[in-house]
Amino acid sequence: MTTSSNLVYLIALPLVSSALLILLGRKADKWGHLLATLVSATAFGIGVMEFLAMHTRTGAARAATQHLFSWISVGSFNVDASLLLDQLSICFVLLITGVGTLIHIYSIAYMSHDRDRRRFFAYLNLFIAAMLLLVLGDSYLNLYVGWEGVGLASYLLIGFWNQKPTYATAAKKAFVANRVGDVGLSLAIMIAFAQFGTVTFEGVKAGVPHASGAAITAIGAMLLLAAAGKSAQFPLQSWLGDAMAGPTPVSALIHAATMVTAGVYLITRSNYIFDASSTARLLVVIVGGITLIFGALIGTAKDDIKKALAASTMSQIGYMILASGLGPVGYAIAIMHLLTHGFFKAGMFLGAGSVMHGMDDEVNMRRFGGIGKLMPITFATFGLGYLAIIGVPPFAGFYSKDKIIEIAFNAGGTKGWILGGATLLGAAITAFYMTRLVVMTFTGSKRWDEKAHPHESPILMWLPMAVLAIGSVASGFFFNSGNSLVNWLAPVLNSRGVEGGAELMKPIVVSGLALAAVVIGVGIALTKYRSNVPIEAPEDVTIFTKLARKDLLQDSFNEAVLMRPGQKLTAGLVKTDTNVIDGLVRLVGAIFIGSATALRRIQNGYVRSYALIMVLGALALIAMIWVVTL
Amino acid sequence: MDISNYLYLSALLFTIGAVGVVVRRNAIVVFMCIELMLNAANLAFVTFSRINGNLDGQVASFFTMVVAACEVVVGLAIIVTIYRSRRSASVDDASLLKR
Amino acid sequence: MSIVTTLELLPLLGALLLAVIPKQNALLAKRVALATSVVVLAVAGLMAYRFDNSNPAMQFVESRKWIASFGVNYAVGIDGIALVLILMSAFLVPVVILAGWHESENGKWSAKTFYILILTLETMMIGVFAATDVFLFYVIFEAMLIPVYFLIGGYGRGERAAAAMKFLLYSLFGGLLMLAAIIGIYVIAGNQIGHTFDIAQLSTLHIDSWTQDFLFLGFFIAFAIKAPLWPFHTWLPTAAKSATPGTSILLLGVLDKVGTYGMIRFCITLFPQASKTFTPIIIVLALISILYGAFLAIGQREINGLIAFTSISHFGFITLGIFAMTSQGLSGATLYMVNHGFSTGALFLAAGWMVSRRGSSKIEDFGGLQRVTPVLAWTFFLAGMSALALPGLSSFVSEFLVLVGTFTRYPVAAIVGTTGIVLAALYVLIVVQKSLHGPTTEGNESLKDLNLREKIAMAPVIAILVIFGFFPKPLLDTINPASQQVMSHAGVTDPAPKAGK
Repeated sequence: MTTSSNLVYLIALPLVSSALLILLGRKADKWGHLLATLVSATAFGIGVMEFLAMHTRTGAARAATQHLFSWISVGSFNVDASLLLDQLSICFVLLITGVGTLIHIYSIAYMSHDRDRRRFFAYLNLFIAAMLLLVLGDSYLNLYVGWEGVGLASYLLIGFWNQKPTYATAAKKAFVANRVGDVGLSLAIMIAFAQFGTVTFEGVKAGVPHASGAAITAIGAMLLLAAAGKSAQFPLQSWLGDAMAGPTPVSALIHAATMVTAGVYLITRSNYIFDASSTARLLVVIVGGITLIFGALIGTAKDDIKKALAASTMSQIGYMILASGLGPVGYAIAIMHLLTHGFFKAGMFLGAGSVMHGMDDEVNMRRFGGIGKLMPITFATFGLGYLAIIGVPPFAGFYSKDKIIEIAFNAGGTKGWILGGATLLGAAITAFYMTRLVVMTFTGSKRWDEKAHPHESPILMWLPMAVLAIGSVASGFFFNSGNSLVNWLAPVLNSRGVEGGAELMKPIVVSGLALAAVVIGVGIALTKYRSNVPIEAPEDVTIFTKLARKDLLQDSFNEAVLMRPGQKLTAGLVKTDTNVIDGLVRLVGAIFIGSATALRRIQNGYVRSYALIMVLGALALIAMIWVVTL
Repeated sequence: MDISNYLYLSALLFTIGAVGVVVRRNAIVVFMCIELMLNAANLAFVTFSRINGNLDGQVASFFTMVVAACEVVVGLAIIVTIYRSRRSASVDDASLLKR
Repeated sequence: MSIVTTLELLPLLGALLLAVIPKQNALLAKRVALATSVVVLAVAGLMAYRFDNSNPAMQFVESRKWIASFGVNYAVGIDGIALVLILMSAFLVPVVILAGWHESENGKWSAKTFYILILTLETMMIGVFAATDVFLFYVIFEAMLIPVYFLIGGYGRGERAAAAMKFLLYSLFGGLLMLAAIIGIYVIAGNQIGHTFDIAQLSTLHIDSWTQDFLFLGFFIAFAIKAPLWPFHTWLPTAAKSATPGTSILLLGVLDKVGTYGMIRFCITLFPQASKTFTPIIIVLALISILYGAFLAIGQREINGLIAFTSISHFGFITLGIFAMTSQGLSGATLYMVNHGFSTGALFLAAGWMVSRRGSSKIEDFGGLQRVTPVLAWTFFLAGMSALALPGLSSFVSEFLVLVGTFTRYPVAAIVGTTGIVLAALYVLIVVQKSLHGPTTEGNESLKDLNLREKIAMAPVIAILVIFGFFPKPLLDTINPASQQVMSHAGVTDPAPKAGK
């Protein structure tokens, strides 16, 4: 372990900048976006420096730590504010600050007409700080702070235009769904503390061999719940589509490239937990498998370009989760797909933003068409991202996704066939919906209003897109050459190459199958959408399309099972409180008042009745004395 | 003659007085009934004084008479005042305490 | 004279000074009250500075004969738990005075009277946490009701007289049970060690379990009403809806803490055996409070009622932490008391400003405030985030400590309690959305944002929430020795990690 004193600046700089921009208010309107971008770029610079320094070190010395202060210390519960930068977290640091900086630059132009641009950049910096804390914390509790911090930033950014009630609702939905996941993370931390007496990654890792299997599985399941909340995985997936209410750069940065992949980070970071529990691993692959199909199916029917991309994100993260559930062979592959996905999906979201920018914020793909000619750079960069995501060699997605399909088959036995089949099917559907998206948007005849004047976006916008496009092209090859990423991550993830494990099929066969799936998907989409796209979505469609348009009823389910019963319960409890519990309290009062009213009747004001009572009282007294002395 | 007969008489007078207080409405009559009760008690005092052979009871009866005299002064003053203000000597008309 | 006594007398002195000020000069009265409370805060700071964290015993003790024939003493002294609560009270009073500068003007009586009541209350708030004599504690515990009764009944809104009466009667009922228990323990002490009301001496008594149960219940019900714990909570929303924001802050932020403080100081210290007997029932009540309070908060239509019910949920957490009887639970619960004071204080302040600007406390009357009054909206949002225990704000530290402390001993209870954080997100975000987001509703277009005075009042509260979120160590270091003391007295130790190394 090396100690470093720079790590804290990674978090502190954007945090301070964010606080400054919020506190100064309108005074910072003129230069707020510049400061925020500069800070983000500086963080990227620090990240690169740290990466280079790490590269020169070898073995265990590669990981760097920085102890800041003792945060919470009660009895045996000691949590320090300490940062840990190892081979895994540096990948994330570079992704977050790198893509983050590009998106800051993009947003300068994209948000230039918004009166609250400064506030937007403040939130972006807040997000960068929280996300870096998430990946740099050296204990689960530090991670948790970042975890909820990115949730807050996501909430603020989704609801950035919260004067629209539906947007505000989308933000709230995202936060609440995330909170359900946070329950999982909280419980995982509590179990870890009760089991091991510590919540640092290192301490938990050391304690795993001594703990009972049930406890490990419980921790694993809770971590998975947390990951499902943050990464929009089944059954907590429903918030991601609505989260597209946020400005498009946010969708690119938070809801595609970084935050939503935090769940994958959590699982790969906790590899020692999942290595020790096959049940937990099984749960992970089930969740990943369901989500990758689920998201892909939704993606086939969406006409809103951002929602289609969101569904795709959900599906791609499903791939990553599935890979990370496959054990040591999968962790590094999951990270590889995460990184390549960070490039191509962010690039495509920015492309979508560019299209919207030129089309007066229109998002309906049925109203696009033929934009490619008018926005050549956007079309080109988007196209490269498209080739990457559907997995055409030698683009980035080919390397990472192909590997996932391969190791899914290699899981062996029935499980291998099911998982491999699912990933192949997913690849075909991905090719279908992405082709549909590209064809509907960029080619064909124009279907937009006369009012719209599509034009290429300014350089500040297309430059980040171009950089990301380069990443979509080259990153896969770079990560894969000589197994570099896998080897790099091996000390942290205990990962090993794809070799080993029960091979169901030769890698070349798998690649062939995957390519065939892609070709089929592309082919169907081309025949269906190359021409004659109706401006209004047709109503005479199959039940499946209808279901997919309704997000496979995820919201209806949540509403029927959680929301409405919850509302009824709340209303019932409010009534109970006022009528029953407070009613009992009032009853006590009523009893006293009632009995007092009854007794008041004998106070009739007639002297003779008072005298009578006196006489009777005296008689009663005498009678008592008589009885007692008898 | 049996000395306890004086006690019976005393009890009888007291009862008549008590019943009178409760049932009559005219303030003067109620007042007289109270006097009757007081004098019934006096009679009992004197009787017991005789039975016990000392003068304590007789002294007590003098006290009672003095108190009764004072009471007559105050009580009659009240009755006269009420009669002046309400033109009635009925006790039921003076049921102001209940409100 | 101990510094604690000085601290108690200072606000009283201020109140006396106020008494001779002419009624018409409201501004002077406000200034005198504010100055007094700031001086009190300074002296409290000095006391904290001189406090020795390494010493778990009572510090700055002072004992004087009061009613010698009954063995009643004026005995004060503070440990870490009392210190942080006194500091919190001393901090909140100037904030309340400054924030509610005009609160005193629409009352039945003069502004001067309002501040006399507030300062008298401050004396008692300090005294109740510092008392080490059960009788003295009881007297202040009951006497505190009087200024609050007049503050609600004289300066509140709506059905203020009824709310004040309900509060008073409910609290008096609890106090009566406690008085009976105090007499009981006094008699037992008389038989064993001689007549005394000293807590330290009383805690050495040997009481048979049957008697202990009854005495425990006497104290506990009084504190459960004060705290308030489900099902003794119904007075709180009524009172919070009618009281002025300042009064609500002192009522929920400080007075209610006397209940949870009493559970630590009296229930567990004096009756460790009975505490263990009743722990399962109390934990169930605490969990019901957490969830019930949260659901009711979601269902509220009035902003003050909502805050009151969130507090009921939070008091559930505090009680859970106390009776988990682990060092994390106890320290966490104590820290929770402090944080809740600031967090609820911030909520009531922001809500109070919203209500006084809009002239309505119905949530549906607000909307789109973020566009109209951004600073006010931010303060309300931050206070809300603190209420849902967002990491990075101090309430997270305490809530997590309570839950983790509970989990090591009662995992199921902790799991149930943890689901409360989802409900917390709901009750905060729903009101945030309805009041701050969306289009600006009619009647809100011209609301004014916070002025300088209000910003000055709010800033330190938010600063504290943030600072102690990142750096709770000073508070925890103060609290820890005292909670260790409580645990060792009760004869419990933390459960060891299950997977031995």
